[in-house]
Amino acid sequence: MKAAFQSASLVAIKGLTVSFDGVRALHGIDLTVERGEAVGLVGESGCGKSVTWLAALGLLPKSAQVGGSVRLEGHELLGAPPALLDEVRGGRIAMIFQDPASALNPVLRLGRQVGEALALHRGLSGRAIRAETKRLFELVGIPDAARRLDAYPHELSGGQNQRVVIAMALAGEPDLLVADEPTTALDATIQAQILELLTTIRRETGMALVLISHDLGVISETCDRVCVMYAGRIIETAGSEELFAQPAHPYTQGLLAALPPLEGDRRRLDPIEGGVPEPWNLPPGCAFAPRCPRREAACDTGIPPLADVGTDRTAACIHTDPTAGAHHLQAVCA
Amino acid sequence: MSAAMDTPLLQARGVARRYAMRQGLLGRAVEIRAVDGITLTVERGRTLGLVGESGSGKSTAGRLALGFETPDDGDVLFNGEAVPRPRTLAWRQMRARMQMIYQDPLGALDRRLQVADQVREPLDIHRLGDAKDRDAMARALLQSVGLRADQGERYPHELSGGQRQRAVIARALATKPDLLVCDEPVSALDVSIQAQVINLLVDIQQELGLGMLFISHDLKVVRQVSHRVAVMYLGRIIEEGDADLLLASPAHPYTEALVSASPAPGRRARPRIILSGYPPNPAARPAGCAFHPRCHAVQARCRVESPVLLPLPDGRLAACHVAHDQAGHPKAVH
Repeated sequence: MKAAFQSASLVAIKGLTVSFDGVRALHGIDLTVERGEAVGLVGESGCGKSVTWLAALGLLPKSAQVGGSVRLEGHELLGAPPALLDEVRGGRIAMIFQDPASALNPVLRLGRQVGEALALHRGLSGRAIRAETKRLFELVGIPDAARRLDAYPHELSGGQNQRVVIAMALAGEPDLLVADEPTTALDATIQAQILELLTTIRRETGMALVLISHDLGVISETCDRVCVMYAGRIIETAGSEELFAQPAHPYTQGLLAALPPLEGDRRRLDPIEGGVPEPWNLPPGCAFAPRCPRREAACDTGIPPLADVGTDRTAACIHTDPTAGAHHLQAVCA
Repeated sequence: MSAAMDTPLLQARGVARRYAMRQGLLGRAVEIRAVDGITLTVERGRTLGLVGESGSGKSTAGRLALGFETPDDGDVLFNGEAVPRPRTLAWRQMRARMQMIYQDPLGALDRRLQVADQVREPLDIHRLGDAKDRDAMARALLQSVGLRADQGERYPHELSGGQRQRAVIARALATKPDLLVCDEPVSALDVSIQAQVINLLVDIQQELGLGMLFISHDLKVVRQVSHRVAVMYLGRIIEEGDADLLLASPAHPYTEALVSASPAPGRRARPRIILSGYPPNPAARPAGCAFHPRCHAVQARCRVESPVLLPLPDGRLAACHVAHDQAGHPKAVH
């Protein structure tokens, strides 16, 4: 644990905005991650869930305009000198992506690639690197770890490569791992293995996890707290169990109703009609209003702020009455 | 053409497809059994779901069903007639009545043609209706999948993913097929859009009485559309039966693991079967039951004796020694 200030949140994002070519993609994200916590970020394609963390870590192209504040234990990361960011990325906050094959160099042996991270972030060299790499391979459950050090990525399956990527991310002993759709490209049984692995590692190392996924089920099974995003905004936050038992925002309700159940009676699905609005063509009020079954005139006049709707949960909808508790959707017209 | 109504729409009987694969530069050719003797039936107006992980042979099974590939063993009957060799005139005529929908609608559409023209194309090719009526027919088809006339005048890249998949479905319906083979038709779509397309497929089936072969890795989606489900592992069907029965109480340990690995919101606390190991390599098929190296119920017999797909007392089929022993089948009599 490198934590110096135990008081501040591990990561505190405030009013984070991102624009591409003058078009705003992210409209002020407020998000905190506490030490050891597992936070899920869920939403459909284009909602900004990946951009949030790419922006936070300074991984967006120069053409992107980023505003707001991202603090790691009180230290501002936006606009921080490259030397500091180099230390943070991989050392404090590691990030893994959907496709392990493109995260690995196809012409380098796996052990060497993980070793690079160890040399960079932990200052190891020589034999120590090889021993530590082997330990990491064992930690992430790669069978026959000693021999796999000398393998190339193409010799391993997708699930095993994702384990190598996780090993690489763990090399810097980060305080936070941001996993962006880490299991989307994997088969169901392998997905279950990787999610289990992430949970185990988190329990053993006390590392915090941000899991970005479009899959409500994956988020539900892995995270303590969930943020639902829509069109560049967080529209609901709640504890995992509360969110899936009693979603407050009509969009979250819609997402869950659109999901076919695996057990119980079969019912006709309730799709959310229409599609996600283009970032350059957002409606004037609530971005979800055009698709919302509870839309009314007030929804088109202003953007509802994220407001408390119960203990430790927030929603951005004029229909969620803060006094009536989260699950009572009452029409409170402004 | 005038098949009796009791003839199943599509029947694959003991179908096998083998490929030769060379391992390494100078290695000798290894035979890969992509599909290893499967028997399946699609009835009119019913959907058979085909489930499995990558490499299980489910997509090859779909291609065999449509006659894209000729089986090395066994045969495929459509309306009681043998499917002719691919790319022959007889095959083309039969193919008008059996259509395919793929995962990636953008890849299935011609980027340089307006959508309505692409829906009209099969009408021209198969000379359906009067030439002067075909534009109106194409418009009606687009309308039947929920696309407006002005959307028909757009190019594929001007439509959203869900709209593109609707266009592909409209085109598939142009020749009034009896059979629709859908290979991961909603896997590339966002949850809310997925539900729209699933409902559309269910409606189309009810309206037109189509038989469907629905191939997917997503158990929730498969259950939603299927009457029966067949689970494939390493080229063989290992369990088949009524969709609700099979997914609610799987008999085969592999189906059990798949169901358990399928993430569903709000199922966090349930005990999960995490399969160890990876999907086996079809080029090195384990002896006995192909699933035995990953099976949690494995017995000595499973390592040597390959189980046969046989009915259980509740009517479903399963290829598992343990499941049959538990059901009180002393020894497979066949």
